[in-house]
Amino acid sequence: MNAPLRKVAISVLVLFTLLIVNVNYIQVVRSDELRKDSGNTRVLAAEYDRERGAIVVAGTAVAESVPTDGRLKYLRQYPQGELYAAVTGYHSLIYNNSQLERAENDVLSGSDGRLTLRRLADLFTGRDPAGGDVVLTLDPAVQAAAMAGLEGVTGAVVALDPSTGAILGMASTPTYDPGRLSSHDPAAIREYADQLDAAERDPRLNRAIGDNFPPGSLFKVIVSAAALADGEYTPDTVVPAPTELPLPNSTRVIPNFNGSSCDPSGQQPLIDALTISCNTAFAQLGMDLGEDRIREMSEAFGLDGERYEIPLRVEGSSIGDVEDDAALAQTSIGQRDVRMTPLQAALVAATVANDGVQMKPYLVDELQAPDLTVIDSTEPEEWREPISADVANQLTEMMVSVVARGSGRAARIDGVEVAGKTGTAQVSEDVADHTWFMGFAPADDPQIAVAVFVANGGGTGGERSAPIARQVIEAYLDAQGD
Amino acid sequence: MAGPATDPRAAAPGAAPPTRRGTEAVLLGFAVLLTVLAQCIVDLTITGSLRPEMAGFSAWISALWVVAHLVIRKWAPYADPLLLPAVALLVGLGLTVIHRLDLAAEQVESTITREDAPVQLVWATLGVALFVAFLVFVKDHRTLSRYAYTLALAGLALLALPALLPASMSEVNGAKIWIRVAGFSIQPGEFAKICLVVFFAAYLVDKRDVLALASRRVAGIELPRGRDLGPVLVAWILSILVLVFERDLGSSLLLFGIFVVMLYVATERSSWLLIGVGLFAAGAFLAYNVFGHVQARVDTWLDPFAYRDGAGYQLVQSLFGLGTGGLFGAGLGGGRPDQVPVAKSDFIASAVGEELGLFGLVAVIVVYLILVERGLRTSLVVRDPFGKLLAAGLAFAVAWQVFVVLGGVTGLLPLTGLTTPFLAYGGSSLVANFVLVALLVRISDAARRPATPPAAAPVRLGDAPTEVVTP
Repeated sequence: MNAPLRKVAISVLVLFTLLIVNVNYIQVVRSDELRKDSGNTRVLAAEYDRERGAIVVAGTAVAESVPTDGRLKYLRQYPQGELYAAVTGYHSLIYNNSQLERAENDVLSGSDGRLTLRRLADLFTGRDPAGGDVVLTLDPAVQAAAMAGLEGVTGAVVALDPSTGAILGMASTPTYDPGRLSSHDPAAIREYADQLDAAERDPRLNRAIGDNFPPGSLFKVIVSAAALADGEYTPDTVVPAPTELPLPNSTRVIPNFNGSSCDPSGQQPLIDALTISCNTAFAQLGMDLGEDRIREMSEAFGLDGERYEIPLRVEGSSIGDVEDDAALAQTSIGQRDVRMTPLQAALVAATVANDGVQMKPYLVDELQAPDLTVIDSTEPEEWREPISADVANQLTEMMVSVVARGSGRAARIDGVEVAGKTGTAQVSEDVADHTWFMGFAPADDPQIAVAVFVANGGGTGGERSAPIARQVIEAYLDAQGD
Repeated sequence: MAGPATDPRAAAPGAAPPTRRGTEAVLLGFAVLLTVLAQCIVDLTITGSLRPEMAGFSAWISALWVVAHLVIRKWAPYADPLLLPAVALLVGLGLTVIHRLDLAAEQVESTITREDAPVQLVWATLGVALFVAFLVFVKDHRTLSRYAYTLALAGLALLALPALLPASMSEVNGAKIWIRVAGFSIQPGEFAKICLVVFFAAYLVDKRDVLALASRRVAGIELPRGRDLGPVLVAWILSILVLVFERDLGSSLLLFGIFVVMLYVATERSSWLLIGVGLFAAGAFLAYNVFGHVQARVDTWLDPFAYRDGAGYQLVQSLFGLGTGGLFGAGLGGGRPDQVPVAKSDFIASAVGEELGLFGLVAVIVVYLILVERGLRTSLVVRDPFGKLLAAGLAFAVAWQVFVVLGGVTGLLPLTGLTTPFLAYGGSSLVANFVLVALLVRISDAARRPATPPAAAPVRLGDAPTEVVTP
């Protein structure tokens, strides 16, 4: 019986080896995946045992962990909750993390590799391991002005430093109090979440980056860029501007806003067409340029449908499919399937402001270890160059005209030359229009580029969005002047 | 391990081989030290201070192993020196993890709830008492073969009892495998397992010549005669009955696996293994298609995350625990093993994996492997066929059970209701496994004992003198 016994012994060895291999697979290969699974409350619970890093704006924590006497040792608080909610997100026992709390979780929770050496040291010194701080590029004055401007409406504001891509302001309404989703009382958390779920528009969505919308006449800046790009057109080139433009192969027409005439002569210089936002002129111009040139310029500006991270996830922007010339005409005035995030609109303005060079937008300035030493900082990065400095200057001239004497007059600031473009996008027959404004200032030395989006607010971009942009620009320039 | 059996008598004829009791004492000391250290770490990590009962506990657990060791010295001096220390280590770790989970429950509910660790210590004490009694009263394992048919009856009765009792007295969490009387719960299957292994050994030694006869070759494999299929079919039907009437996938799989392997060892015919696998496949197919609970188990096993909030909750939580534990674990008292339902019994291995990490869990698996391979080695060395087959059956029973249970909690196999030997909370399992180890110790003593005048006990079934021991 010894021969089969030896085989049994070897089989047992094989079975146990299988067990060991499988345990290795789970505890090593799948460890990270299982650890981070949203259903695994262990890591989250353990995270409450150590001090989570702060999210800092201009030296002040907008999200911080404070010690408690409860079973969970630290409570996440958001001192100016609603003001920064779109950016900070929440850190919830039940709903996990969102926005920056999610995107920078490794640093905030202290599990990031760049903090590891310090944590080993913590082991020996007996200190509780703590998370690192995330320092943002936001400017409190810009953020406050943006949220004040959006009060009572649904919308978003993004402000950028055109020369670096640093995000100076990012606001989204309606807003909410992330502290109430981050408490230690599960019942209260659920109740508040139910309340948010019941809202007509989800306050937890960051509309500056998390969704895209038809940009309307903002898109005329990109059509202008396509026209100016190869020198065939200048701002002074006279283009057709009829009162109504029949769509090819269709009984429908493209009218001007309120059915008005752009110019009694039926034609006008390109700069004037942009200044008064003449629909028929740009619809015709788009068809004359052709889909390829419109699409190429759009993609060069970043309307390529790709998502990216700042490090928050940004929804893609694109012009969509263009089936025929009728569709191209509608696309050229920012309707049809054109979609932009408010951040993308701000990027277009910032690109014009920065002599045609688009800087990669970023929200995180520095990452700091618990002892406040810098473990990483973001360097401004040139991202795209859709247009030459010459074309940028021509576009600036045209956009200055928009604010000085055209549809964007509500954005005028005494003593500061503002460049901009309004947009009013039709959504559907029975819903009020979206309104937009994008621009930058001062026109000759741009300090700030801004985009303002108001969802279904009715009126025009000049009436509803331009004044908000003006407040934001003024707030920044005033704060800089101090 | 599987190398040539070194027979001490071959090396030094006439001279008494070393008893290796010193090795056993040192290893037991090590096991006690680890147990007490682990208990201290748990207390210090969770409550910040040692509990007042710690001194009493340490003395008690030390006394258990000292008594067991002394009894082996007196009544089984040539026993394998690794068996008892392996058991001591597993029992000590089990007590520690159960105590740790007691504390977790107190933390969450802020009150002293039922403490299971002291109860388990009482069971361990009872187990050691039976271990001692067995070694003192059973001087020769071959005596057991006389009671083979009695034990078979007892085993079958124990196996069938829960099925016959009303559900209120036998059913816990869907499996009818308990006898619950006056506040006590007994899982008779654990004792039935040992009775049946003893019977299998006696029966197969008796019938192996017949069962080894081949009738014809099919595709290079010698198949047994049709009429000899009887015993394996009976074992198969028995297993299916257990599955049907007690909904106990684990015991069913365990009994059938043990019988087939013992049949193979007894007859040296691999065709029995093939027949076993074939019957198993047929049974599995049948069970999957006929029984909803088996189907649910398999579906949950294939994709536990699809049922994460329902049937797969336990397994998914177990995997979370293991994954979070990673290489080194959260440390005793540092994890959240209480997140896994019934962590003390069925899922104790995932608690070990979470807090002691991959290294801790693999160490536990290796300790089991040592226990099993020492048992198989005993089987290789012992000369009488009954002892050989019994040791092989018992060692394989432990191996198979550990494989099925640990495979279950780590997602390698579908979940079964088997317990983790020596580690898991549960009196029946612990006490029964102490008896199992007492048997192994007794046989290993016989295996290594120097040749003295043959034992007086009459040998009825074993025909030892004709056994050819391959050098």
